[in-house]
Amino acid sequence: MIAELTKKDIMIEALARIDFSNEPQFAQELRNSAKTDLANMEFPTTKKEYWKYTRVGKIINKTYTTQQVDTVDITPYLIPNLDANILVLVNGFYIESLSQITTQEGITVSSLSQVKNNATEGFSKHFGTYSNCNQEIFLVLNNAFHTDGIFIEAAKNTVAEKPYHIINITTGTNVIAQSRNLIIGNVGAQVKVIESFVNLSGNENFVNNATEIFVDENANVEYNKIQDKEGDHYHISSEQVYQEANSNFTINTATFNGAIVRNNLNIVVDASNCETNLSGLYLGKNSDHIDNHTVVDHKQPHCNSNEVYKGVLDDKSTGVFNGKVFVRQAAQITNAFQQNNNILLSDDANVNSKPELEIYADDVKCSHGSTTGQIDEEAIFYLQSRGISKRNAINLMINAFAKDALENISIEALAEYVDAKIEERFTK
Amino acid sequence: MLKIENLHASIEDKEILKGINLEIKPGEVHAIMGPNGSGKSTLSSVLAGREEYEVTEGKVDFEGTDLLELAPEERANEGLFLAFQYPVEIPGVSNINFLKTAINEKRAYNNQDAVTAKEFLGMVKEKSALVELDSKLANRSVNEGFSGGEKKRNEIFQMAMLEPKLSILDETDSGLDIDALRIVANGVNKLKSENNATVVITHYQRLLDYIVPDYVHVLYNGKIVKSGTKELALELEEKGYDWIKEEIAQ
Repeated sequence: MIAELTKKDIMIEALARIDFSNEPQFAQELRNSAKTDLANMEFPTTKKEYWKYTRVGKIINKTYTTQQVDTVDITPYLIPNLDANILVLVNGFYIESLSQITTQEGITVSSLSQVKNNATEGFSKHFGTYSNCNQEIFLVLNNAFHTDGIFIEAAKNTVAEKPYHIINITTGTNVIAQSRNLIIGNVGAQVKVIESFVNLSGNENFVNNATEIFVDENANVEYNKIQDKEGDHYHISSEQVYQEANSNFTINTATFNGAIVRNNLNIVVDASNCETNLSGLYLGKNSDHIDNHTVVDHKQPHCNSNEVYKGVLDDKSTGVFNGKVFVRQAAQITNAFQQNNNILLSDDANVNSKPELEIYADDVKCSHGSTTGQIDEEAIFYLQSRGISKRNAINLMINAFAKDALENISIEALAEYVDAKIEERFTK
Repeated sequence: MLKIENLHASIEDKEILKGINLEIKPGEVHAIMGPNGSGKSTLSSVLAGREEYEVTEGKVDFEGTDLLELAPEERANEGLFLAFQYPVEIPGVSNINFLKTAINEKRAYNNQDAVTAKEFLGMVKEKSALVELDSKLANRSVNEGFSGGEKKRNEIFQMAMLEPKLSILDETDSGLDIDALRIVANGVNKLKSENNATVVITHYQRLLDYIVPDYVHVLYNGKIVKSGTKELALELEEKGYDWIKEEIAQ
């Protein structure tokens, strides 16, 4: 009797063809450990709470291949007026010839495969440390089969002069791309990263990426994520973040479209006096499905976290927001603020919003709020009564609503770029 | 300028306006007074173009156009302005920005050039001083965090910026203390000219001490039941609305 291959088997079979034998021992061991975990895991169904509102069927039903490409034109993906270091990944592989880096003393930046063969102390200490999880199959898949990615480490007290812009491109059809990043801000360091997920050509590409971020004492790391792929593409993304004392971590996620997008953000705040800012904007159209799951785990006292996610859903699109905040027993004097606001522009648009607070300490200030609705009709009439057409009034209001979500983007050129994209979307 | 003929309007199948007749010429100030539920707000809403109200009968001619055929923004661009009784807050939309957009839409509608940045800033400075509106407020989001008085002054500021032909002030005095009232009235009076007209809808006579009307109309049960000069308002204040009800009953 021949056992039928499961969808998981088929996917693993395609991925197993990649040759990792050139990697150092420790790296291969991490992969093997992940493969063992995979043997006991299954793709989630909607019966699993964590995946209740997002079906992965369309993603896992396909047969993917990994495809390496020599070169692409990156000019459409550059951010106007931004002076940044450029790092290019195509289908999960690093393309050195397209990357433009200005070396700076104190900043180590390279591809993941390069640093594996030339490990810094920070790399050895932190790589794989925050994705050690056998609960989430997609993260474990990335642990086992990631191809390449970006490594950025800012040494003690080093302030990065320019932001690092990772342009993460897919091209081809039914391509699977699994990139993996590690960003380290050592004690007192400051670094800002942008990662754009874009598609050049072809259809039904699947990106399953993961980024680990370690923010050491007094360090400040900002990670800006742009998801912008027209057409039918799938993206499952994990950010695994760990904060030490007195540190500041900011993540801004701007999702402009996506057949299925699922962002898993996990932040562990394991020391005192930390600031954590999570912001997100998701704009759905046609049949887009955009799902943001976030977790902030306050383990120690005297920390602040601030979370604002906003969605504008049109046509038949669906938005999902699930924001979990844990405040552990030791985490007294925690201020955790969470807010999710959604505007539905059509009758068929949908949003599922679930804020979750689990609070075990008793001297804390926590709040969560969720709103879903149409645009305030009264406000629209007010603007019309001043001579502004209904169409323009709606656009004015959506623009204001959307831009508000990403005010934590500290890189001016990036903020302008995002604002312009929002305006372009809502000016017809 | 404005001619309302036999205007009937309903909301949710309930008839509120039962045959309004009113004529307003340039340079005039008309006051419309009446007890609660008489249809004062309905009248201003119907003139401004709120969709919830259905006009079942009658005509409204504004400067030669059929007002009821126009969308709310077209009515504004033709020169109609409504100062709301309860101005809504619009977070995230800058007061200044939206006014500039409004002015330019009006100019485009009337085939005029858009306002230049310099011209616009000059207007803002001049008009905000008219209602003693702090420039700081002008830069905030529309009415966000404004006090009641500031919201009403913001309405008059917008009126000053948009230079309408016909302004309808819907219970602009409600919720204002004497000082705020004086500032608002002052602003309105400064904007009066022989080419524009003002309709002041109010419950109380007090505002009319400051904005002196040429005509006073009493609205009761969806109809204008009595018209007179400013003395009528004083008589109303003395005798109360019951006096009108008795008169009609006879």
